[in-house]
Amino acid sequence: MQQKNYASQIHRCFRCGYCKFPTDYSSFNCPSYRRFRFDSYSTGGRLWLIYAWLKGEIAWSEHLAEILYACTTCKNCTEQCPMKFAPDIVDWIVGARSDMVEKGRIPPRVSRFFEAVYGYGNPLKLLRSDRGAWANGTKIYAPGDEYLLYVGCLGSYDENAQKMARSLVHVLETAGVSFGILGNDEECCGNEIYLLGEMGLFQHLAEKNSQKFKELGVRKIVTLSPHAYNTMKNNYPAFGGSFELYHYTQLLNDLIEKNQIKLPQVRVEVKVTYHDPCFLGRYNNIYDEPRQILQSIPGIKLVEMERNRRDAFCCGGGSGNFITDLLAGSADSPARIRAREAYETGADTLAVACPSCLTMLTDAVKAEDLDDKLAVKDISQILKELLSAK
Amino acid sequence: MSDVYEALQKIVGKDYVSNQTEERYFYGRDPGLMPPHEPDYVVMPKTTEEVQEIVRLANREKVPITPKGAGLSLTGLVIPQRGGILLDMKRMDKILEVNEKARYVILEGGTTHAALKSYLIKHYPHLRHSVPDSPPVATVVANAVIHGQGRLTQQRGFNSDMVSGLEVVLPTGEVCRIGSCAVSQYWFSKGPPLPDLSGLFLGWFGTTGVITKLGMKLYPCKKIRDVMLFLTDKAELVPEIIRKLTHTEMFEDIVVSAQPIPLRFKGNFYILVYMTADSDEELEFKKKMAWDALWVYFESKDGGFVSVTPDMKPAFLAMPSKDTTRFADVSKGGGFEYSGPITPIDNFPIFIKKLEEKAEEYKLFYASSARVIDAGHSMMFSFSYTFNRANPDEMKRAKKALDEAAEFALEKGGVIWKPNINEQQMIMERIMIMERIDPNTLKFMTSIKQLLDPNGIMNPGNWEAK
Repeated sequence: MQQKNYASQIHRCFRCGYCKFPTDYSSFNCPSYRRFRFDSYSTGGRLWLIYAWLKGEIAWSEHLAEILYACTTCKNCTEQCPMKFAPDIVDWIVGARSDMVEKGRIPPRVSRFFEAVYGYGNPLKLLRSDRGAWANGTKIYAPGDEYLLYVGCLGSYDENAQKMARSLVHVLETAGVSFGILGNDEECCGNEIYLLGEMGLFQHLAEKNSQKFKELGVRKIVTLSPHAYNTMKNNYPAFGGSFELYHYTQLLNDLIEKNQIKLPQVRVEVKVTYHDPCFLGRYNNIYDEPRQILQSIPGIKLVEMERNRRDAFCCGGGSGNFITDLLAGSADSPARIRAREAYETGADTLAVACPSCLTMLTDAVKAEDLDDKLAVKDISQILKELLSAK
Repeated sequence: MSDVYEALQKIVGKDYVSNQTEERYFYGRDPGLMPPHEPDYVVMPKTTEEVQEIVRLANREKVPITPKGAGLSLTGLVIPQRGGILLDMKRMDKILEVNEKARYVILEGGTTHAALKSYLIKHYPHLRHSVPDSPPVATVVANAVIHGQGRLTQQRGFNSDMVSGLEVVLPTGEVCRIGSCAVSQYWFSKGPPLPDLSGLFLGWFGTTGVITKLGMKLYPCKKIRDVMLFLTDKAELVPEIIRKLTHTEMFEDIVVSAQPIPLRFKGNFYILVYMTADSDEELEFKKKMAWDALWVYFESKDGGFVSVTPDMKPAFLAMPSKDTTRFADVSKGGGFEYSGPITPIDNFPIFIKKLEEKAEEYKLFYASSARVIDAGHSMMFSFSYTFNRANPDEMKRAKKALDEAAEFALEKGGVIWKPNINEQQMIMERIMIMERIDPNTLKFMTSIKQLLDPNGIMNPGNWEAK
């Protein structure tokens, strides 16, 4: 993990500012820089301030910690930085956060995030015994089931994301997929815990989840959230958890291609734009499957936002910001900018594939007073509506 | 001072002013080697009116103001030498108008080159501007204020030569329009046929006012862009090679590069010849002109064109060039700086020699990228040295090498481009020493500053005679 070496490398940033842009330079694509506009909130600013803190040129302050934690770890900087160390930038930021956590110097909102996961197993501070309440009789995973459907904290507790989880269950059941959930036994995946720098807690969660999956004989996991997909695929193997990982859009696309999901041939005549989640796109290079699902629906016209795929503008929810909300409170909050960008395409539906993006963008559309003009729907919800209309 | 902070909050809103340690730290430095000095406040205005109010406040309170674009000069030009208000202009980022037929754009003072380039590609693909090789966040105004160069400099001169009008907030708070826009709705000329007052602001590094709007000339953007690469190992031939190439009047841009690593590059001079065309025939003709101009060197075995493979081309053709920025990581240390004298092209061989000598003496990696200016009237020669930010000794050595290179360049008749405050003193001393220059020049410069900025609040420390 590069994060352990960050202190010996971080001075290499030249603060050139390429990290602020998308590929075509059409706008600022770093969510926290776009929100605050002080250079201190750009990746270069952050790295220079961390280096100053390490050298003792500036002391820790809550403002410094907020600058560090306002980064959504969306990896736009990694895409755009021209230097050889570009792939390591997010690890450096996570490394610095990890040091702050160890010293107990983190913003109160982040502290509350950790406390909630310690105490309740989820950052929303809701009861463990209610974790499976969303499921409404969905089958619990048993050995022999092909897939474990891992729903995650938002899918379990957040009202919008619960709808998304129920829709996915409906679609999978309709397609005859062999799967089960963990219900109340499910634990936080730890993706945000890792990115926020609480390595001890992350290790505990990764080991506990990996052990549980092994004991149940799980071989294939399909996740509702790209965040869970990312950490289980890329971080869990170091803790003994090696499973076949699928984001649900990969599985649904496969089912459609194999005709196991039979789409009705009624044209829906909807104009849809798709928002790439960072943990699906830039982190895991999954850009096509969600689009292929949408394009397979008769009548749907898929229109792209100006910033898409590798250049997609983050909704601002990454790295726990869907809870800590360090980028909120302004028309320049990333989710509100993204909602406006989606609306400018002329689409009537903004399709997402992530419970965090769903929550962030649903709130943003309301804040922009666009809720009667632009529906925010997860891809599984779109499919469920279509299948239910048969 | 807390009154100033509150007053600034009232002007721009509380979200856009900071007096916190972190912003003061970051804005008190640039990526080069000049010592830091922190501002007391960082402020991000959105409108000309807000800039006016800030300037009036600064006059009232006698607080210095340093206007800043992206802060990428590397020579500390926007390090606020006496603290005060750091004016980050990048929220003033609107592209206000493009006059397609008269080929100019009007934009706000914090608009980046990136935004302009992207905007033209999208809305006016047949027009372009002179994109510098600084990173894309460099602002159009700041680049003009330092007499920056770009991809059209060989054909059209300094980027400041391409300015077609200014709106300036004077150091006393009044708004002033410079050029045709002072008497007309059109921004086609920064001076002629009127007295050209733009010289009171371009090259002054923000010491005479804050440019809030700028007209910039645009040029035809042809369909095809290509590059040829001529290689020679004889520095003494480079001036004549450039003379022959510029004589053709065919080429967009001419850049001479030299660097010691990878080893195959050492001792060679790479002359990049860029060209544009609307058809394959036009392109082939231009390539033939380049071949014809330099055939003599091929025959004498002193040089020749090297094949530019398809995998090399994107890096050469990129605007801006990411390779320029990558030089900062050669020492795996996040730093480089260059002293960039503007000089007659004849000086190329002695400058290259000095570049290598200083690199050897101070054990530094070097590179040079010399850009031809205005059909060969001069060139910008860069003495570039990389350094590791975590190695204070290497930083000191790099600074010494740069200082000595700058002094050498001045001795040989060059004029330092975007000089740091120490180099500015060197230039001003030279103005006093050289009797062939009107000895009143320095006095005149000082008088102009005094007249425009009676309280001495604008980016103090710069262009300031001791």
